[in-house]
Amino acid sequence: MSGVAIPWPVGGRLAQPPGNAGNFMLATVYILLIFLGISLGVIIMNWAERKVLAHMQVRLGPMRVGPHGLLQPVADALKLLLKEDLVPQGADRLVFWLAPVVVVMAAFSAFTAIPFGPTAAVSDLNIGIVFVLAIASLGVLGIILAGWSSNSHYPLLGALRSGAQMVSYEVTIGLAVVAVLLHTGTLSMVGIVRSQIESHRWLLFREPVAFGLFAVAMVAETNRSPFDRPEAESELVAGYHTEYSGFRWSLFMLGEYAGMMLVSAVAVTLWLGGWTRPFPNLHGGGVDVLFSFVPAASFLLLAGLALRAALKMPGHRRWRAQRGGLLAFGGLLLGLGLWLTVPTVRAQSQNVFWFVLKVAVFQYFFIWYRATFPRYRYDQLLRIGWRILVPTALANLLLSATLSLWLP
Amino acid sequence: MNKAAAPLPPEGGPMTAPRPGESQLDSSEMILNMGPQHPSTHGVLRVVLKLDGERVVDAECVIGYLHRGVEKIGEHRTYMQFNPYVDRMDYVSAVSNGLGYCEAVEKLQGVVAPARAQVVRVLLAELNRISSHIVWLGTHALDIGAMTPVFYSFREREEILKIFEKYCGARLTTHAFRIGGLQWDLYDDFEADVRRFCRNFPARVDEYETLLTENRIWRQRTVGVGKLDAATCKALGVTGPVLRAAGVAWDLRKTQPYSGYENFSFEIPVGENGDTFDRYRVRLQEMRQSCRIIAQAVDALPGGPILAKIPKVFKPPVGEVYHSIEAPKGELGFYIVSDGGLQPYRLRVRPPSFVNLQALRGMVRGALVADVVAIIGSIDIVLGEVDR
Repeated sequence: MSGVAIPWPVGGRLAQPPGNAGNFMLATVYILLIFLGISLGVIIMNWAERKVLAHMQVRLGPMRVGPHGLLQPVADALKLLLKEDLVPQGADRLVFWLAPVVVVMAAFSAFTAIPFGPTAAVSDLNIGIVFVLAIASLGVLGIILAGWSSNSHYPLLGALRSGAQMVSYEVTIGLAVVAVLLHTGTLSMVGIVRSQIESHRWLLFREPVAFGLFAVAMVAETNRSPFDRPEAESELVAGYHTEYSGFRWSLFMLGEYAGMMLVSAVAVTLWLGGWTRPFPNLHGGGVDVLFSFVPAASFLLLAGLALRAALKMPGHRRWRAQRGGLLAFGGLLLGLGLWLTVPTVRAQSQNVFWFVLKVAVFQYFFIWYRATFPRYRYDQLLRIGWRILVPTALANLLLSATLSLWLP
Repeated sequence: MNKAAAPLPPEGGPMTAPRPGESQLDSSEMILNMGPQHPSTHGVLRVVLKLDGERVVDAECVIGYLHRGVEKIGEHRTYMQFNPYVDRMDYVSAVSNGLGYCEAVEKLQGVVAPARAQVVRVLLAELNRISSHIVWLGTHALDIGAMTPVFYSFREREEILKIFEKYCGARLTTHAFRIGGLQWDLYDDFEADVRRFCRNFPARVDEYETLLTENRIWRQRTVGVGKLDAATCKALGVTGPVLRAAGVAWDLRKTQPYSGYENFSFEIPVGENGDTFDRYRVRLQEMRQSCRIIAQAVDALPGGPILAKIPKVFKPPVGEVYHSIEAPKGELGFYIVSDGGLQPYRLRVRPPSFVNLQALRGMVRGALVADVVAIIGSIDIVLGEVDR
């Protein structure tokens, strides 16, 4: 019953996600769009992480490949693709090949159930959140396979740590999610956001403790600092992917970054109102119109920054190509920004923009943690997981279940 | 720590690493070869770890990957020619090495450096202590997983190295001193540069402390890790900040003053527990104290000659001498035997890193893999000095 299927973001309104409508053609288009979007996100994240980390550490970060290092991710990707494909002696070749694929597949396929808007999802499963958590936790399988098949000590230790860590923290994640489900009464991802819209309250304000627990556990789940035990560089050289290089290694990185976006997307959907804009309850007095211009304004701001940087470059001939590149990039952003002011586009882009922005904020926090914290020791990590997070999550669950009897 | 873990094997004797064909490992144990190529063994140290899961059952250090025969080279160079070689031992504190060597030879010859030279030596040696401690701080924090302090600390190190470069033209292997005093007088802006550094630096140390000292993770990773009590330190001959962190106020600058250290007022920071955290705290305090000494030295800089009268053909009288100084890492001693010739008959270095490294095995037994890198970092070794 999908009506006329015009691909997002240009087209008209759908009643429900294409997967539910049985529109396989459009669902495939969505899958491709998500795949491209995540890949683009990983590229941006790669650049942004280096730049943000660098600026926090009083240095410049990549500056040579492209203006302000904008082409650095491209250069790196090329380098990784061209590297020799090494498989260590004595490795289990099939499993060694399989492991990075499992990691990437797990991270990417879970995105099919994430709603970027009321209909902007591949499919709205009635067990959405369970599906996402189940698929996402398959990633640990890839890590353990990688550690085992490498036939080397450091990867093995990394894989063992990873296994213990992820199993422990998934308990916390599960309990935090259950606390949310008490309020929504549905497992569907779209349904969870809808219930937040209907109750006029993001679940962050009803389940702050569960959100905090999830925010800690999701860092551990994605093996990021300060919980980056499995790949602790200073101890295990590179942890589970010590023996990997070139394209296979880049798959692990792709999986890790996609995983970070995935857990952030789950957190946004469950606690931060998914695709809704900030202050979703304010409507009168042109607030809607004001907020609808934010996407365009943010792109125009980025364009302004790029153009300013281009103008501030030294006048020397050597910088001509860099300046031209940055001007072109700024022009692209400017064009996007102007395009986003067109009324129909403005209306259509709202949901996706706010969703992506919220996820991006989480990504910034991931980078910030990495710049700030030392690394936890393995036993301390598990102690935090089992002695602090799990009991807190259980207590929170009991408390909110009791409270919800009186405060619906 | 897991209380149910099996008891550790008795200490002493070689580690029972299995030879090919014989199995002395428990089914849950494995041998992990850490280094010589490893991100946090601070050079080419190799540590063979026997692990039970993540717990270290036993460890064995293998050194010598950076052996260059410095002592033997000393027997084949004149006293002057050997001076630059000592810079290459502990290459992050080249100035201190030079100070130790020059003073030892001066003691052998019976000359004393002029007053101005002595104060300049103290000044540069203390700047060098700060730069050495800064490198330690950055790399140690990096080992424990905090990646930002290393960039902050190298920013300050750069200022010190710039002063070195302006003074003697080199940043790392400075060859700053000559036997009998100095070759060059200070450059014009030296005092201003040093004063500016002294003014800024305490705030920078505060910055490191903000990132680390009260950080819960940092504390959990360092407090109680790698404990070494005073008695063990003394038994092993451990010196420097590791010894002082165990509560022993032993600093050669106070106990056997050299190069006019008795004229400066400073304190010897000591720890209580002798763990990794105390070593961290002691070194941070030492940086502040060094800053104090530098400020005093700049104010009290006397005029006068910078080089004592030294014969063109330098032949110290027959005899032997041992002279040691408080290098950033501990007691750095030079033992020189002269047969009256142009070259030392025998030259022996007592390197603090090598001696302090002997405490590693006792500290890591029973610890976890993550603690091993923290403990190696907290001893502050430089492999150029361990292997010579």
